[in-house]
Amino acid sequence: MSALNIKKGSSSHSAYDLRDPNAVVIEQHTLAVLVDNESGVLARVIGLFSGRGYNIDSLTVAEVDHAGHRSRITVVTRGTPQVIEQIKAQLARMVPVHDVHDLTAEGPAVQRELALFKVAGKGDARIEALRLAEIFRANVVDSTLESFVFEITGTPEKIDAFGDLMRPLGLVEIARTGVAALARGV
Amino acid sequence: MTKAANMTMTGARMVVQALKDHGVEVVFGYPGGAVLPIYDEIFQQNDIRHILVRHEQGAVHMAEGYARSTGKPGVVLVTSGPGATNAVTGLTDALLDSIPLVVLTGQVPTFMIGTDGFQEADTIGITRPCTKHNWLVKDTADLASTIHTAFHVATSGRPGPVLIDIPKDVQFATAQYTTKEISRAPHYQPRVKGDMEQITRLVEMMEAAERPVFYTGGGVINSGPEASRILRELVAGTDFPITSTLMGLGSYPASGKNWLGMLGMHGLYEANLAMHGCDLMINVGARFDDRITGRVKDFSPHSKKAHIDIDPSSINKVIRVDVPIVGDVGNVLADVLALWKSRGSKTNKAGLAKWWKQINEWRAVECLNYKPSTKTIKPQYALQRLEALTKGMDRYITTEVGQHQMWAAQYLGFEDPNRWMTSGGLGTMGYGLPASIGVQIAHPEALVVNVAGEASWLMNMQEMGTAMQFRAPVKQFILNNERLGMVRQWQELLHGERYSHSWSESLPDFVKLAEAFGCKGLKCSDPKDLDDAIMEMIRYDGPVIFDCLVEKHENCFPMIPSGKPHNEMLLGEADTQGVIGAKGAVLV
Repeated sequence: MSALNIKKGSSSHSAYDLRDPNAVVIEQHTLAVLVDNESGVLARVIGLFSGRGYNIDSLTVAEVDHAGHRSRITVVTRGTPQVIEQIKAQLARMVPVHDVHDLTAEGPAVQRELALFKVAGKGDARIEALRLAEIFRANVVDSTLESFVFEITGTPEKIDAFGDLMRPLGLVEIARTGVAALARGV
Repeated sequence: MTKAANMTMTGARMVVQALKDHGVEVVFGYPGGAVLPIYDEIFQQNDIRHILVRHEQGAVHMAEGYARSTGKPGVVLVTSGPGATNAVTGLTDALLDSIPLVVLTGQVPTFMIGTDGFQEADTIGITRPCTKHNWLVKDTADLASTIHTAFHVATSGRPGPVLIDIPKDVQFATAQYTTKEISRAPHYQPRVKGDMEQITRLVEMMEAAERPVFYTGGGVINSGPEASRILRELVAGTDFPITSTLMGLGSYPASGKNWLGMLGMHGLYEANLAMHGCDLMINVGARFDDRITGRVKDFSPHSKKAHIDIDPSSINKVIRVDVPIVGDVGNVLADVLALWKSRGSKTNKAGLAKWWKQINEWRAVECLNYKPSTKTIKPQYALQRLEALTKGMDRYITTEVGQHQMWAAQYLGFEDPNRWMTSGGLGTMGYGLPASIGVQIAHPEALVVNVAGEASWLMNMQEMGTAMQFRAPVKQFILNNERLGMVRQWQELLHGERYSHSWSESLPDFVKLAEAFGCKGLKCSDPKDLDDAIMEMIRYDGPVIFDCLVEKHENCFPMIPSGKPHNEMLLGEADTQGVIGAKGAVLV
């Protein structure tokens, strides 16, 4: 009774169906998760993402209500619509989680990120870097004769664009905070 | 208010006091350096019984058996480091099967955490993904309220295991005891009542459906006996067919006329074809597990699907459903039943009659037929005899994991919930023996049988010592084929009969092993002697290890091969009896 005649190497050898039943429609969503600021809560949320194979594009966390010990986690993730729904449901059922908001699905939202760029250079490159920084409304927060540190806030796309322009002008280092986001209106 | 209100006491005493406040009668555990203060408190009281296990994994499975057979949370107490890591398999098992447990672990003193102290492990980190929630208590003043919250979290919503890590200095220090009543209400309050709009949609579909089927799961059992009672009333009223997952067996009686048997990879032909061919699937507390759905793309292609589940993350996780209902199964079923009755108890009688005619044709295939033997004991025969000889007794069954588990699910009939304890989600070999002890501790007078395979059974056999010490007369019914039967079956069917490491060599003499533990050993290899041997096992007043030597190369059928839909089921050896007519493996 060995009559299944399955080709060697076929996934039918597996005890699981190895084909991903989800269609490949990938969406990016920004989620705001309000949690009790108890020890290990961030590890719990990150562990959920890594353990279940979800993606994190960006993650920020800070206590936003010191009296109530509540932290806000803003996580930018991507996946099929079904996976996004799963992520929200999995987050919402965690014991320290109070609220999960899908800022992408629940209407317009503002998203901002802060970044620091260290750019080293002399002569024309240095002047060009400063000129571009003005266009992007970046502030100079540190300066030596050979370098600047620019502080810039904006959408991740704006920061990416600024980085692309700085690269040929002597970009040394970047630090980014990740996205913070709020729904527009009340 | 309990006497303990406003009393100042040590953390160790708080643990015992809080357990008492939650009505805990039994704790399964194993002492060690980091929990000595708590063991000292246990020594000085008589309200809570402590069952000393032989390995911490055994403690957790015992607590699972206790919890599943009583509906109450199981409680475990183990030490730090290896005590906690040994509990991890049990925690994961309980998480996947949604079993309420409260596990207390000792930890090195707070000031030593992070120094790689003796028997230090990052218990919270290790158990974070295998508990519903866990807590490290750093201040004795928080200990009692944390335990109260832990019981609430373990038992509400979708139940699950929780863990509290208690450093040794926190056990020694004193603080004021916080009673349950004055403890802050946890914000964790899962929704239990279903949305009436969705319930109305479901009832409308039920009234019109031509080919409906109830697909029930462990959620019905977890919801409590009342959920099973309402389910039975709903099935009787509508006359819809009903099937169940491995986890849900007993919520509807196996003797009930609408019962199709278990569904899934080794489910019954009629159950799986009803799932495939239905036009309305009503999922009650099940989760579309991959052992149930087979190939997702072809899962029940022509049906509308309703899904009742207390866990919103179960809904639309694997299978898109048309009517999602988040709520407690018992609560939602009561609403469904009441609404369906108030609208005149209507069903599509003509459609149902045709559907039952079709189902009865599938039933006539008698998919559980096997080739009987007068020379060797067929495992199916052994279970049929066990069923016949224990029918009507106050009986609880636990199992290990593998072929014997599937045969037990197929050939034993469960009339009531909480009578069947098996590791479903995680498939933990070594579960059944300790689980049977946990069940027996909760039900001292009942007949508790662990249907086992010899390979699984050996994984936690040390717990026979626990059974002896605490006079738990558990019956270990080992279907011994000297093989890792399920692995062997997959190798035969899918890996070109290359039997890589799937036989059990150097097995112990189980009768002598029983004698070594001080209990009774029985051995049977002749079908003619089987009934007498089973009766001897049942009648013996104490634990029994029954070595039932069965056919070595029997395969478990029906079987849906991996990645196949429900209608491509192998009936296997039944074919040789001409039931289907074709030779060899037949794809129905």
